[in-house]
Amino acid sequence: MACFLASILIITLLAFIIGEILVNAWPAMSKFGLGFISGIQWSPNRGVFGVLPVLIGTAASSFLALLLALPLGLAIAIFLSEDFFPIPVRQVIRFVVETLAAIPSVVYGLWGIFVVIPLVQQYGAVLASKFGFIPFLSGPAYGNSLLTASLVLALMVLPTITAISRSSLVAVPYSLREGSYALGATRWETILRVIIPTAAPGIVASAILGFGRAMGETMAVAMLIGNSQRLSWSLLSPSNTLSALLANQFAEADGIQVSALMYAAGVLVMLTLGVNIAGEAVLRRTKKATAGLG
Amino acid sequence: MTSAASNLPRNFFSDSGKKTSVLRLFRNHFLTGLCIALSLLTLVPLFSIVFLVIQNGLPLLSENLFTQLPPAPGLDGGGFGNAIMGTLVMVGISLGFSVPLGILAAIFVNEYASGSWLASIVRFVAKLLTGIPSIICGVFAFAAVVMTTHKFSALAGGIALAILILPTILLTAEQALLGVPYAFREASFGVGATPFQTIWRIVLPEAMPAIMTGVMLAVARAAGETAPVLFTALFSQNWIKGIMEPTASLSVLIYNFASLPYAYHIKLAWSASLILVTLVTLSNILAQVIFAPKHH
Repeated sequence: MACFLASILIITLLAFIIGEILVNAWPAMSKFGLGFISGIQWSPNRGVFGVLPVLIGTAASSFLALLLALPLGLAIAIFLSEDFFPIPVRQVIRFVVETLAAIPSVVYGLWGIFVVIPLVQQYGAVLASKFGFIPFLSGPAYGNSLLTASLVLALMVLPTITAISRSSLVAVPYSLREGSYALGATRWETILRVIIPTAAPGIVASAILGFGRAMGETMAVAMLIGNSQRLSWSLLSPSNTLSALLANQFAEADGIQVSALMYAAGVLVMLTLGVNIAGEAVLRRTKKATAGLG
Repeated sequence: MTSAASNLPRNFFSDSGKKTSVLRLFRNHFLTGLCIALSLLTLVPLFSIVFLVIQNGLPLLSENLFTQLPPAPGLDGGGFGNAIMGTLVMVGISLGFSVPLGILAAIFVNEYASGSWLASIVRFVAKLLTGIPSIICGVFAFAAVVMTTHKFSALAGGIALAILILPTILLTAEQALLGVPYAFREASFGVGATPFQTIWRIVLPEAMPAIMTGVMLAVARAAGETAPVLFTALFSQNWIKGIMEPTASLSVLIYNFASLPYAYHIKLAWSASLILVTLVTLSNILAQVIFAPKHH
């Protein structure tokens, strides 16, 4: 009986979380409507709330992080699933990647402030002066920028991407590999034409789930992105994300601002739930598909 | 899937026939090198983080850190005993909520209702909860606890952390129960035990080490999180007096002090990072070593 109640409680918990957020967001939802999503101004003093720049910042930082982390994560996943090195060496690399997952977000933020921000400031200025004609790299270059946040985010989603990609690579039946070798393919021809295409849905799922993690990641981003609601093309400008906005403003907010922040939290929940459900769905199909092979 | 396998020969012969074997071998070795280089590249940031946390965190490490309060802005000396206490108290509160709930639900899913639609819904919701950003747990606790009690408190922080770790505990406990061989249950039923007696006396004790692994992983997760406690427990310069007071935590201390312009506070943030990383790593190692599951 108690077990049954506990289960019901867990099912209702998710609904309760979403419900609680929506109830508190209602004043802002009825006041600003969809203009909240398309509005480009967020100024609590004047009671104007729009999250478009923050939404763009969320998407851009997560996408950029994924762009950096996916090749790296895939390379590590291949490294871990191939026999380039004896198992102990691979185990060390695996341990290192798992350690990356265990480091608290706020420690990444601290490290980012003292290591990544100076680096981005230094090389960002060079980039901006040489390639400033490209909108993405136009100056002035800031240390607290979209690029800084994305670099650290890439490190933080790397374990997710590596773990899921690796398990989908390992799930490719050995007979396919043998078949490919028998036809005279080299190791990398086998990897690129047989193993990766077979494991592709799992790799796509790892990217989707990694994207979901990046969107929800809060503290490191809040410490590094510069928290600016100004729209800019440049990766070297400060930006903001939904979660960083919540982290920075909740403690001091009151009145309609709390409600507006709840609205923003609601948007974040919907986005991450959507991305995660999509990722899980792809993953589930992958498992079914590879189960039929070999 | 089958398409990848069936159009394979065509791809192979169209290409490999034209290229000389030297070129193919060169490409093979080049890609191997690239893959190894990229893998080793990840070692660089990790070493950098670990090195800096140790290098900057060690100098202040003394018992003062554990017994004294944070200094006022601009002053030197002091520690963050209150933040360590606060972190431990809030992790404790979160375990108090989530461990019973998670294990009970896992028993329901695996023992009483395995295979039913209700069990699969519980599992699905737990999966979804793992994907919810940690800051949303904070937003929820803010709405449900802080706004109703009109107070930032350790309780609110603990509840936020409880929601964060609940799915971890549930899913690992379920795996643990699944690891208990079915013959154990049959033997127990065979000697006339009721389902309750079977679960309580046979299945749970057998699954306990693996369940504890999940709990320790949850402790590691909860101790390191900042976002859920940031605006639920807030922060405090003083020792914790009760669970209905604003409470300091190691992670929020790092966040607050990292952006201060005082050198000593930044050093304290690094020391707090060292202690936090040690705490998290210890819990993780404990999870894997001491409570290593038997049936793997």
